[in-house]
Amino acid sequence: MELGAMIKTWKEERESQVRSLKLTAYTLSRSPLSVIGFILVSLFLVIALVGPLIITHPEDVTGAVHMDRKLQPPSESYPFGTDEMGRDLYSRVVMGTRISLQIGLIIIFVAMGIGIPLGITAGYVGGWVNEIIMRITDVFLSIPGLLLALAIVGALGPGITNAMIALSIVWWPGYVRLVQGKTLALREEAFVEAAKSLGVSRLRIIFGHLLPNCTSPIMVKASMDMGMAILFAASLGFIGVGAQPPEPEWGAIISVGRNYLPERWWMATFPGLAILVTVLGFNLLGDGLRDVLDPQSRG
Amino acid sequence: MIEVDRPPREGPDSCREAAPPSFFQRKKKGMKRFIIKRFLLMGVTLLGLTIVVFIVSRVAPGDPARLAAGPDATEEMVQVISKEFGLDQPLVIQYGKYIRGLVQGNFGRSIRTRHEVWDDIKTFLPATIELVLISICLATFLGILFGVLSAVYRDTWIDHILRFFTVTGVAVPMFWLGIMLQLLLAAKFHFLPIGGRLDTIVTPPEAITRFFLIDSLVTGNGKVFFNALAHILLPAVVLSFPALASIARINRAEMLEVLHRDFILNEKAQGISKGLIIRKYALKNALIPTLTMIGLRYGWMLGGTIVVEMVFDWPGIGNYAVAAAVYSDFQPVMAVTVVLGLNFMIANLLVDLGYGYLDPRVRYE
Repeated sequence: MELGAMIKTWKEERESQVRSLKLTAYTLSRSPLSVIGFILVSLFLVIALVGPLIITHPEDVTGAVHMDRKLQPPSESYPFGTDEMGRDLYSRVVMGTRISLQIGLIIIFVAMGIGIPLGITAGYVGGWVNEIIMRITDVFLSIPGLLLALAIVGALGPGITNAMIALSIVWWPGYVRLVQGKTLALREEAFVEAAKSLGVSRLRIIFGHLLPNCTSPIMVKASMDMGMAILFAASLGFIGVGAQPPEPEWGAIISVGRNYLPERWWMATFPGLAILVTVLGFNLLGDGLRDVLDPQSRG
Repeated sequence: MIEVDRPPREGPDSCREAAPPSFFQRKKKGMKRFIIKRFLLMGVTLLGLTIVVFIVSRVAPGDPARLAAGPDATEEMVQVISKEFGLDQPLVIQYGKYIRGLVQGNFGRSIRTRHEVWDDIKTFLPATIELVLISICLATFLGILFGVLSAVYRDTWIDHILRFFTVTGVAVPMFWLGIMLQLLLAAKFHFLPIGGRLDTIVTPPEAITRFFLIDSLVTGNGKVFFNALAHILLPAVVLSFPALASIARINRAEMLEVLHRDFILNEKAQGISKGLIIRKYALKNALIPTLTMIGLRYGWMLGGTIVVEMVFDWPGIGNYAVAAAVYSDFQPVMAVTVVLGLNFMIANLLVDLGYGYLDPRVRYE
């Protein structure tokens, strides 16, 4: 078959999915808050991607020391001021976007990678497998998140990698619960029974039927979690067990900037605003997605 | 006279028989068994918690004995410390000893402070509990209030302002908010103190409950009370902020949902006052999912107290755990995790009991 015809049939097969995607996008655009969220998240992603192109002092991002211009207030050449080593705060905050994005993505994907399979297994297989998995999940969920992360990082040692490991461990149980509940509900649906009676293999039921129907709540949760993961990572950075100086991670910068208050306020202020705006964006987007994709989960 | 078992006739007695049973009479039957079952479940979860915490602490790279001994220690000194802390025995035995110690209230010894961890916790826990309790009360009370206001005055300027705060409130980093408020209110304008539980020149009240607010009131010490209040205000506001926002949001959503229902229209038609409808009928229904959120947020608050105590120099177990973690001192971190985990489990139990109070259809099996 030549290329044109191939593309045409592919488009036809996907037509209903494309239509529902368009509907989602349209409904999302109706809510001004969701649009704001979408813009903020896009801004965050764009800044993370083109970071090196828009910073004014690339050498300041890690390592450089310019004691002669340390702790200067915001000015034309240094929009956010300089830090205690004379580095341009604007450049560091912008590059911090990249770090936050990486941290957030890795945490969420690892948590999903562990949590979703476990959740589907628990929900679909049921019985004592379900009991064991859910009991273990309950144990993890009974520990306040930041505290568990602190304990794990305390054991592994400070650093970004260990912080990501710790936060992934904090996050995976949430996905298990979500997916297990959804799978439990889906299991009773007619189409699953139909597939089983047709002799469809278990694996194919899971991947072909159950999983695709879980994507909506998973996407909503992932969007909200992205913001929260970045927030937690910044908190660990602030405590001193996450990213270490001279990494330009937002929480770590605030932690150092705290020592120079109240006169030199810029170091503690701007990274915090960055965190606020980023988390706000993901929250708004997540809310919007939830209203569109999964309105029943609101209550 | 032969006593015949007869149902009471019409008259004053019949009213008492016909009256619906009170909350406790209704629930009493299943509630005791429910609580017992939950405590057993809590025990199992707590055991699992100790396993997780124990595994985490032993996963640590590097020899804790070597760390404790310091960089200049000889091999023998490391061995001695290793024996002292029981670190040279197989893992399962170590865990067994750990559990036995826990049951006896022995959480080990802090390498950093050199005290028994249990003593340290006893010293610092009241400060944290006081802070967290005030914060959750603040968050619950204001959250529900804002949610109701937002729902009742939907789409007016009240609603918009409140929604602005609740939407941003969930996104704001607690430690940064604390620093900003410290900067503005304490450093720049000197309205409130920067940190700590009391001014350094003020002596703490007599230790009855170890909650400064209660103790100073009980001993009639007004000056200390107001000093303690001024000190707890900022940390409590900061700690409660995200929870307040979440609770307000879900309460608003639930109130809106309930207010649309037919029975509310029916009550309006019957002439029941608006205030009564909101308070007694709508709110009680809306509170059920709100209660879920309150329980959830309480857990986040227990985690958030870590950073808030850091920012405000609050001498609680959050601060203690951070100092220990940064020092690679495991025992305190493990102990704090167990203590706060247990606290959260109890809170969840209270939330489940709360459902029973709010929803008469809930039966405890």
